[in-house]
Amino acid sequence: MIRVMLVLLAALMALPVAAQDSMPPAPYAYNQLEDPAMEAEAAALMATLRCLKCQSQSIADSDAPMAGDMRHQVRSRILAGESPAEIRAWLIARYGDYVSYEPTVSASTWPLFAVPVLVILIGAGVLLRRLGKRRSDAGDAA
Amino acid sequence: MSQNRLWLWLPLALFAFFAGLAGYMLTQEKDQFVESTMIGEPLPEFALEPAFGGLPGAARSDFVGGKPRLLNIWASWCLPCIAEAPQLEALKAQGVEIIGIAIRDRPEDVANFLGQYGNPYTRIGSDRISEVQLAIGSSGVPETFVIDAKGVIRYQHIGDIREDDVPVLLAELEKAQ
Repeated sequence: MIRVMLVLLAALMALPVAAQDSMPPAPYAYNQLEDPAMEAEAAALMATLRCLKCQSQSIADSDAPMAGDMRHQVRSRILAGESPAEIRAWLIARYGDYVSYEPTVSASTWPLFAVPVLVILIGAGVLLRRLGKRRSDAGDAA
Repeated sequence: MSQNRLWLWLPLALFAFFAGLAGYMLTQEKDQFVESTMIGEPLPEFALEPAFGGLPGAARSDFVGGKPRLLNIWASWCLPCIAEAPQLEALKAQGVEIIGIAIRDRPEDVANFLGQYGNPYTRIGSDRISEVQLAIGSSGVPETFVIDAKGVIRYQHIGDIREDDVPVLLAELEKAQ
């Protein structure tokens, strides 16, 4: 019985789907940098770069071959002494703001930053007026 | 008083508007293409090894001088690349020089692919870690770039080349003269 169960279980196991390509990953796709400080810099940057093949994931989260190649670029450039800001700028020069998850203020995104400030100001204004009114009401009653 | 009451409906109206907008956007097709922002920029410096024994590799210098050329990003493991093979042949028949860059590919697979679907290339460089692909802002296979004789990227075609894309590419090559 156990043998039958094992055979059935084996049949249930998914076969690996044919990969997109059979090449080994780039050297720094899955290997960390030796220097922990450099690796931390690279990891922080990779978490904020968009995978171009799987557009809702960062390259740190994705197993797409292209994300691996992008991680290799990030790590080898950090190793070569480039700063995370330079690497981000290098990618933005090629793919536009879209490749970066880090929000920046630009001609099309400024309302995202301005509206919350505006709403808080309006809220504060309304609150002040109401409190002021109540106080003067209380003053009238006294 | 009745005017004040009307104001109370505003948040609900706003909510309904955004719910409607979200519903509408769900029915719209999403453009998944990430366009390169390198159009008008010079091709970055690179030199790639030959992708297989039959043709030389590819470097930036191969794009400089003479006529505008096509840079075709492809791979033997890429199915749409099979679909565009006849169109690349058609472009070659029109006298267009096509230089290939094979992404994450093996020499034997490249040779097999060309044996099966034809070889429209004059050179094929092997880009094993997508470094040239990333350097020119390409985000998938296949993609085709028009490079003018000064080595400047002039046009990007994303996805496989269909029959009706051939005249477009020929016109872009003409424009890049």
